[in-house]
Amino acid sequence: MPDKKKISIALKRGASCVGCDIAVVNFSEKLFELLEVADIVFSPTLLDVKYDDLRKMPDKSITIGLYHGAVRNSDNEEFAKIMREKCQVLIAYGACAHLGGIPGLANVSNRAKIFETVYKKTFSTDNPEGVYPQTEWTDEKGHKLTLPEFYDEVYALDDVVDVDYYVPACPPTHVMNMQILNLIKGWVEGKLELPPKGTVIAEEKTLCDECPRNPGKGKKIKIDKLKFITEVEPDPEKCFLEQGILCLGPATRAGCGAPCIEANMPCRGCMGPTSKVMDQGGSMLSALASIFGVSENELELSEEDIEKFVSQMKDPLGCFYRFSLPKSLLRRVVQDE
Amino acid sequence: MKDNNDKLNILVFTCNWCAYAGADLAGVSRLQMPTEFRQIRTMCSARVDPEFILYAFKNGADGVMVAGCHPGDCHYIGGNYRTRRRMALLKLLLQQFGLNPKRFRLEWVSAGEGQKFAQVINEFVNEIKELGPSPYRKKQEVKHAG
Ligand code: SF4
Ligand code: SF4
Ligand code: SF4
Ligand code: FES
Repeated sequence: MPDKKKISIALKRGASCVGCDIAVVNFSEKLFELLEVADIVFSPTLLDVKYDDLRKMPDKSITIGLYHGAVRNSDNEEFAKIMREKCQVLIAYGACAHLGGIPGLANVSNRAKIFETVYKKTFSTDNPEGVYPQTEWTDEKGHKLTLPEFYDEVYALDDVVDVDYYVPACPPTHVMNMQILNLIKGWVEGKLELPPKGTVIAEEKTLCDECPRNPGKGKKIKIDKLKFITEVEPDPEKCFLEQGILCLGPATRAGCGAPCIEANMPCRGCMGPTSKVMDQGGSMLSALASIFGVSENELELSEEDIEKFVSQMKDPLGCFYRFSLPKSLLRRVVQDE
Repeated sequence: MKDNNDKLNILVFTCNWCAYAGADLAGVSRLQMPTEFRQIRTMCSARVDPEFILYAFKNGADGVMVAGCHPGDCHYIGGNYRTRRRMALLKLLLQQFGLNPKRFRLEWVSAGEGQKFAQVINEFVNEIKELGPSPYRKKQEVKHAG
């Protein structure tokens, strides 16, 4: 139980699309229930506040901090650290803060290549002198201007600060927000304890375990052809993988309420892996490879034939690690000379 | 595995029933083999989860080989059918991660093929020697701010 009757909440974004701020608004009418027990004291999207307001708050004066977005530059890192100092409980809110998320896919590239594309190669760019952003610049009159430093790779929140809890998904769904609401309310009212540090506030099962389309335990799925959701009109009731459509359900943590499946879209894995596996991509790779059917002339197939067969899976890296590349085992693409 | 940069880290998974026996035969037949590899025995090649291989590369492996029974000969009947699909897909993934495809290899070695084991291990170790340390060895530290 906190020491006050009413707690305070701060929201801060890093490399974020701000969808996570909107997800907080998606508490909908329940937002008022939250506001009964909590004041939102800092949120650049929802309130008229300045960064200095946050800097000036005493350490540990905010009860709960929600940080959304990945850590892509020095500004993101600086504010992750400030949030850590000011908040008693720091929550990585949304896939980007949790695992790097969509911005984390930039780890297929690096700063030099990204700068080259953005500041040189894009069609609408005219930059014959090859000027790149500088972190510091002083004009003739001696005014100094600064910009945050763009890092070579993208990090998740817990790569730079200590994180208490994780709320996955891109963005966290209404079902998940209600779970947080109940937790916070229960805690403020002294009815609930906070979970152990490091908890991912979701389920420990995989999405398949709670999916209404699950063909049932023990039923072996076997596919010969892999299809992408962009190419087919999926059956609205049958398991996507059974239809040969890539679905990340077997490698993804449950708890989102499966809104995508309900909307007849396969899962793309935004909840990240369960705690039982080390790597979401590795886990999906095994699951997918295991349902590629054994052929009748298996013994005549060479490894090249098999490679051709599995290469139906286009862009395994992008599809298997869509939301979790910075938290995967290998974290980023390298160059092997 | 993170120790020094001059020594290569080469990992070879062998299944208990074929490849391990083949490696053993190569040893007792006193065939010439390099010493720069470490072997891990699993009951079946299908026990080698692709995550193990990603984990090995993360922790400084310069090359990883998986060796099992020939198709049709797996002690557990179809274990290696699964292995070959997984490893083929893993190969595509590792290439996307930027690793030279020569750093990962799948081989079938029967219990009687000591000669073949010695030959593939020689080839593999030489290839890795030519490639040198894996680029993931230099990427251990999370560096930020500066
Ligand atoms: S998790 Fe999704 S909604 Fe939230 S900031 Fe990242 S991209 Fe946006
Ligand atoms: S693969 Fe997708 S559709 Fe099939 S059970 Fe799992 S989550 Fe549901
Ligand atoms: S179904 Fe998959 S993609 Fe959709 S919200 Fe859940 S975890 Fe995310
Ligand atoms: S036992 Fe050797 S591959 Fe299965």
